[in-house]
Amino acid sequence: MFKWIHRFGSSPFVYRAASWLAPVFGLGAAACILVGLYLGLVVAPADYEQGDSYRIIFVHVPSAWMSMFVYMVMATSSAVFLIWRMKLADVVAWASAPIGASFTLIALVTGAFWGKPMWGTYWIWDARLTSELLLLFIYLGYMALRSSIEQPQTAARAAAILAVVGVVNIPIIHFSVEWWNTLHQPATISKLDKPSMHISMLRPLLLMVAGFQLLYFHQLMVRVKTGILQREARSAWVAELVANNRV
Amino acid sequence: MDSHPQSIGLVALFRSLLSRELAVAIRSPGQWLNPILFFIIVITLFPLGVGPGPNTLSIIAPGVIWVSALLSVMLSLQSLFYDDLHNGSLEQFVLSAQPLSVVVLAKVLAWWLLAGLPLLLVSPLLAILMNLQGSAIPVLMLSLLLGTLTLILVGAIGAALTATVGNGGGILMSLLVLPLTVPVLIFGSGAVQAAASQMPVGGHLSLLVALLALALSLAPLATAAALRVAVSAG
Repeated sequence: MFKWIHRFGSSPFVYRAASWLAPVFGLGAAACILVGLYLGLVVAPADYEQGDSYRIIFVHVPSAWMSMFVYMVMATSSAVFLIWRMKLADVVAWASAPIGASFTLIALVTGAFWGKPMWGTYWIWDARLTSELLLLFIYLGYMALRSSIEQPQTAARAAAILAVVGVVNIPIIHFSVEWWNTLHQPATISKLDKPSMHISMLRPLLLMVAGFQLLYFHQLMVRVKTGILQREARSAWVAELVANNRV
Repeated sequence: MDSHPQSIGLVALFRSLLSRELAVAIRSPGQWLNPILFFIIVITLFPLGVGPGPNTLSIIAPGVIWVSALLSVMLSLQSLFYDDLHNGSLEQFVLSAQPLSVVVLAKVLAWWLLAGLPLLLVSPLLAILMNLQGSAIPVLMLSLLLGTLTLILVGAIGAALTATVGNGGGILMSLLVLPLTVPVLIFGSGAVQAAASQMPVGGHLSLLVALLALALSLAPLATAAALRVAVSAG
């Protein structure tokens, strides 16, 4: 029953699957994002309170969502790597970290640009902004740990432990920051609660979320290919690929 | 070697490890004196940097004392497993029949006695320097008692993960651990702030206890896993 799972232990198989899937995800992402941007920036009406500036949610919300989704992928695959020593799971975690960090950074920067017209300042110590910033630090710490241990096997296992420790901590950090924030800042600035959205705004948002999700999978496949090639650089099948110019 | 590896009980192991750690540390006073000096010096920098106005100082006092305690603990933790890894005793701990997490727990407790407890003891003096309200001092000490234990437990994970990293391992460790210590900082300094403004502190302290309970039960396992990685790296 679980026979199929063993095929994921085989690097050539995964490499081929990733080569096939990368363009599929890439095209899907491009289609969703283009249509989503058109519907969001051109078709959807301006908000009666926020004017056109609300349109940044079509980038901000998907990237904030992805910043957390990617961490979950990273932590899950790290746990799989620690428990079953599945090399591919480590490749997925390794490949996900910079992508997740980028999504987090995009969410922070777009949040700041949105904050300027809405709150009158680029940065406030809002609970969500703060925990997003801490998430960025955790991503960067993961990458820093990986890159500073020279032996690849040790680096992989140490980083996997850190990712799992992080996933236990992230909810605690999130809730403590939220609590801290409500203690310190009375609601002078009404937080942008999720409004009941009109369908004309919701549709492009969902499309963008799907697009970012596919974009992540596309990037993941590309990086997984790179990771496999790096790890298997000395094996015969890679030599064959290189000889035939098919990398 | 002992032919009956189980013959030493967990409690005896814990006790002998604790006294070993304390004996080693007391013979090199820098190890436990430097973090306290660091703590005191960092705090004296704040009035010099921010200005000595008594009102300003008493507003920032809880945060300043707590952040300095956090940094001092982080700095002192860098060398937690360094010697054990390099003189081979860590390898023996890993090979021994006893659970590695108990070894970790003993080391953490010894470290707290050396690098955490002194912070607690000098904190009233620093509270006076920072013009913190006298009534908040017991809460400050209690929050540091609960908080520094949690910090050392969490920091030990980072120390174990970076044990094999030679140069720059210390700053790397702080990068990894500091984001994870945010909850302790929030509730620790929050408790002191609440006490200084005559508000109930039970909530903050209960959450600190909860964090400590969580760290006490999970952090030694993660630290032990990280130490196994460090030892297998050679």
